[in-house]
This record gives sequence, C-alpha cells and structure tokens, in this order.
Amino acid sequence: MEKTLPGSVPFWLDPKKRAIMFQIAVFAVVGLLAYYLISNTIINLKKQSIATGFSFFHKESSFEIGESLISYSAANSYGRALVVGALNTLKVSFIGIIITLLLGTILGIARLSSNWLVSKLASIYIEVMQDIPILLQLFFWYAIFYETFPSPRQALSPITGLFLCNRGVAFTVPAAHPAHKYMLLALFVGCVVVYLVRRWAKKRQEKTGKFFPVFRFGIAIVIGLPLITWLAFGAPMKMDIPKLVGFNFKGGITVSPEFIAILLGLILYTAAFVAEVVRAGIQSVSKGQREAAMAIGLRPAPILNLVILPQALRVIIPPLTSQMLNLTKNSSLAVAIGYPDFVSVANTTINQTGQAVEGVALIMALYLIFSLSTSAFMNWYNKRVALVER
Amino acid sequence: MEEAIKMTQTEALKPPVTSVGVIGWAKNNLFNGWVNSILSIVTLFMLWKIIPPLFQWAFIDSVWHTTGKACRGIDGACWSIIPTNLRFIIFGFFPYESQWRPLLAMFILFGLLFYSRERKHWTKYLGYGWIVGLFVMGLLMMGGLFGLTSVESTKWGGLPLTLLLSVFGLTAAYPLGVILALGRQSKMRGVKWLCVLYIELIRGVPLISLLFMSSIIFPLFLPEGITFNKILRAQVAIILFTAAYIAEVVRGGLQGMSRGQYEAAESMGLNYYLTMRLVILPQALKIVIPPTVSILISAFKDTSLVVIIALWDLLKTTQSVLSNPEWMGFSREAYIFIAILYFLGCFSMSNYSRKLEKELSTED
Repeated sequence: MEKTLPGSVPFWLDPKKRAIMFQIAVFAVVGLLAYYLISNTIINLKKQSIATGFSFFHKESSFEIGESLISYSAANSYGRALVVGALNTLKVSFIGIIITLLLGTILGIARLSSNWLVSKLASIYIEVMQDIPILLQLFFWYAIFYETFPSPRQALSPITGLFLCNRGVAFTVPAAHPAHKYMLLALFVGCVVVYLVRRWAKKRQEKTGKFFPVFRFGIAIVIGLPLITWLAFGAPMKMDIPKLVGFNFKGGITVSPEFIAILLGLILYTAAFVAEVVRAGIQSVSKGQREAAMAIGLRPAPILNLVILPQALRVIIPPLTSQMLNLTKNSSLAVAIGYPDFVSVANTTINQTGQAVEGVALIMALYLIFSLSTSAFMNWYNKRVALVER
Repeated sequence: MEEAIKMTQTEALKPPVTSVGVIGWAKNNLFNGWVNSILSIVTLFMLWKIIPPLFQWAFIDSVWHTTGKACRGIDGACWSIIPTNLRFIIFGFFPYESQWRPLLAMFILFGLLFYSRERKHWTKYLGYGWIVGLFVMGLLMMGGLFGLTSVESTKWGGLPLTLLLSVFGLTAAYPLGVILALGRQSKMRGVKWLCVLYIELIRGVPLISLLFMSSIIFPLFLPEGITFNKILRAQVAIILFTAAYIAEVVRGGLQGMSRGQYEAAESMGLNYYLTMRLVILPQALKIVIPPTVSILISAFKDTSLVVIIALWDLLKTTQSVLSNPEWMGFSREAYIFIAILYFLGCFSMSNYSRKLEKELSTED
C-alpha cells in the first residue's frame, strides 16, 4: 500500500495553499478591474476637462434652496448648500420616523384587534400601501396638493388658525417669547431627572423590593417642569396667526407642499411595514406567557410592561431599525418632487460643476454613515437584550 | 310509565337570536365590550363620511369616454384620461403599428409565470420553456429577424419596460446573489471580506444613488467610443442592487442548514462544489423561496425609480400624458390607475408567496 505523507502532497492539491492561490486570483481580478475602470475614468475626465477633488466646496453655489434650517443664500458655498441638504434629509427623516412609529404601532395593534371592522380595515391598509411603489405615492400626494387645494387667496381653513392652499400649509404657533427657551431647558432637565430617578428606583427595588411609580412620576416631571416655567413667565398666550399678505402667508409657520408630500408619502408607506413588524412581534410572545403572568396575579398594565413588551421588543427592534433606515433611504426620492434634500442638492451640484464622481460619492458616503451607525447601534442593542442562555 | 320516557327525539331548542346570524356575529365581533362598541361606531361613522362621497366621485359623477375639455366642468372623476391614452401609457414610444409585439411578449411572460405557479410543473422542461420564452420575447421587442422591423431600445417604454427591468433584474441578480452569499459564508478570509464589503456597501445606499451612478458615472468608466444604452445601464444598477439583498436572504437559508448536512456530505467524500450543488443549495434555496418572492416584489416596485433618470417606464409615460395641456390636472385618476396595476402585480405575487410558504411548511 502506498502511503501519502503530509509533506508529499503536491501544492495544487493542498487545500490551504489552494485557498491562498484562489484568493490571490480573486483579488488580482478585482484589482485589475478597478484599475481599468479608474484609469479610464481619469482619462475621460481629463479629455472632458472636468476638475477633480473637492475644491468646489468653497466655490459660490449660485442656486437658491427652497427651505433651509440654517441661513443660506445663493451667495454661499457649495459646501454650505450640501450641509443644508443633509439637514433637510435629517429633518424629514426625523419627523417621519417619529410619526411612523406612532402610526405603525397603532396599525399593528389595530390589525390584532378583536374588533372585526378595525382589524379588517387595518389589514386592507397594510396590504394596499405595501403594494404601491413609494415614488408613485409621493407623486400622488404632491399632485393632490397642487391640484386640489386652492390658491392662497381662497385658502381652506378647516379650523381657525390652519390654512390649506397649493403653496403649502400655514398654521398658528405661539408667538416668540423668551419663555420658550427656558421651557425647553426645563424639559431637558426633566428628562435628566427622570433618568436618574429611574436608575435609583431600579437599584432600590432590586435591594429592598420596594416599588416606586417611575412612569407616573416621569410624566408629571416632564410635563410639569416646563408648565411651571411657563406659568413663572406669566403664561404668555399671544399666538402668531398666519395672515395673507400679497400672494402668500406671513406669520405662523408655513410648510411647503413638497415637504408635506414627501413626509406624508414616507409615513403612510413605512407605517404599513412597521405595522407588520409590530404585529409579528406581539404574536411572537406565546399565549402561555400572558396566562402565567395572570396566574401569579399581575394586573394588565404590569403584564404588558414586565412580561409582554420586553419579549416582543426583542423581536420587534431589529426589523424596526431596518424599516427606519429604509425610510431614511427612501427620503432620497424627494429629488423627484423637488424637496431640497441631500440627493437633490448634490444633483444640482453635479449638474453645475460636472463633478459627478465626487457628487455620487458624497451621496453614498452620507447614507453609508447613516446605515453603518444604525447597524453599530443594532449590534450593541442585540448584545444587550440577547437571551442569556444557561 | 311509558309517557315518562319519550321515545322520539324532541326538536333541539334554537340558540337565542342574539347569538346567531347577523346580530350574533355583530355582537361577537363588533360590540363585545364598550371599548369595541365605541371603536366600531366611530369607524362606521368615518366610513359613512368617506365612502359615499368617494363612490359618487369615482362612479356616479364620473365620465369614461370624453375628451379632456369635456371633463373640465364635471364634479366626478375623469376616467376618460385612461382609455384615450391607454396605448401610450402602456407601450410608450413603441411604433404604433407594431404594438402587438410587446403585447404578445407580455402575454407570453404572464403565461409562463402562470404556468410556473404549480410546483409540480417545476421540471427541466419548464427551464427550457423559460429560455425559449425569453428569447421569443427579446425577439418580439427588438425585431430585426423573420421580417419584424427592428425597434431601437430607446423606444421601449411603459409596462413592457417595467416588466423587463424587474424580470431580467431578478434572473440575473439571483445567481450573483447566491455567489455572494456563498462568498460571505466562505472560510477564505479575503473572499469573505470582499463579499461583506460589497453587500454592506450596496445595502447601505439608496437605489437612486446607484441609478445616478449608472446614468452619469458609468459612461466615464468605459474607454472612449464604447457606449451602452441607458436601459442596459439602469438594468445593471438594478441587478447589482438586487443581488446584495438576495445574498442576504440566501445567507439566511445557508445559516439555517444544520452542521450535520455539511459533515454528511464531507464524509461521503464530496468536494466543496458538489457539497453545495447537491446537498446544501437545493435545501437552502427552498427555504428562502418566500423571502425571495418578497425581494421580487420590492424589485418590481423599485423599477419605478428609473423615472428619475428619465427612462420611459410606466410612471414616466403617465406623467408625460399628464403634462399634455388637454389632460393636465387629472393626476389623481391617472395615478390611481397606475397604482391599481402595481397593486395587482404585487398582490398576486405576495399571495403566491403566502401559498408557497404554506405548501413548503406542511411538506415535512
């Protein structure tokens, strides 16, 4: 019988060496492809005499942006324009995520309701919204706005202080007052206090078993502190009501139709997906858990807080974050209806400077930052709530 | 004594009226408890406020066969926009007299899809059928053979373009996604990290940025003189995008395989390729059929984004009809029509995936 010693295997049959060779080959192919594409790009850019690099950041942008959170004019630089765009993306995503979470949770619970009518309506909503492209929905809401609503002069006013017209929605806000700044501060202080109290209460309960009503206390503090501040400033009641001046509304807050269309589209579309996530999460907690909790004499509220939610959230949170990320990514469709988000501003920049490579790279980089930070958070969270097995 | 025991069966008492029939059903499902009663009443009131006016707008006051001008005065929906412009919305700029060709191609596609629904039809011959079918569809769209006049791909548009982008997008993305998933599970570090990098990079960015890349940057990648047409470039972007998502779905299936499967294959002396082809992939891919269908659904919906890089898909042809002064202002009707088309497509797919899920789960 022939014996094959480990040393005598020819190198192309040794799995370890073969793996190394295979990887070298793969990297060589990928590297060559990248080199080919990049060298072509450089040659083409030179031929079309397009500048490279990010020096356009400091040049004057000379285009206006419809809405902005920071002061901006056409005389500002491209860099500032892009910051404005990024802030607009953040704004629509942030507001969108909060409302989507609320609406999605309500829909998810409604879907499981014992009321036949409510549950059927919720499931119809979920099915219909999931099956229509978000872009079509955006176009639809935008069209509703500028085709159905009248001009500012004949603006609809369903409730006093709220005006609907094809230039947007104008609504009444409390007139600016120094008290607001302190109320915000009070709210922040309230949150910190609640956080500290919650930690203290948990520690005390673990040690002595005494329960402290953190939730009620928290609500009282978070609402109470700003309220006391407001009263301390003499309860300013003056309101800033929008008035028709010329062709537009002045005063109050006016929200553009583009913003409303993108917000409405994102919320209504993503809420359908969130509802499914919430429903699946609640259904994932087995019936026995609730029955066991009832058997040891817990009341409905603690059952939800201490038994159902901690288990359901473990299932809900990961797909929920990916839905939130989807919402942020879908906000890039704002470019189609003219809301000046990051993609839209970057697109204008590309058209003006011709620096497409840098522009697209910036778009990708921004969204990558969003998604990588989200998945970093997810990993941290998963580790925290993961089941500790024996 | 005999009277005390009745020999015949007496008629059973009927349950009270309040627990059977419509009343019983309503009591059990709508008015059990005061919270549900209030909810039901509020919902019914809202439906009563919304449905009749909507019904009146859509069906009673609406017009179906008029010109755009005749629509101006009426209160109801102007559905006339659909029949009048239907051929443009569906086929775009495809030469008017040859529009039977994309229509036939679509029928072949639907026929094949319908036939493929049944799992007992999944044989080798169905695969050949698909290859022949795709070839015939391509021939019908392109022309240039057998006396069909050739049609430039720049003139393709409407529903055939939407279907083309999604069907080819998924067929090409599927093998690529499987390879990426295998790469991500591979023991070779370099290959693994390359695949992880690709998948996470693509999944982290919105499709629109890839479409921008395909329409603006892709021409720069190629040496001068070589150009691809716009549809192909968008198709490549959609394939690259979808592949990353398929890779994640397939990875789920691969992770669901027990170690025993690998070890059994190894102990039989199968190498990596044979292990994957004969043992792992057939099982793993079967598990992930339902999530793959949901990827197909989102790929189908996502093709609508090509509007932004000015391809004439279903949404763009509709918008161009709406920019015609005669039909300006009837967006609601037109968009509702398109929404119904998309809904029918997606709904039948998701229904199918649910059916398949049931079949696959009861099998073993």
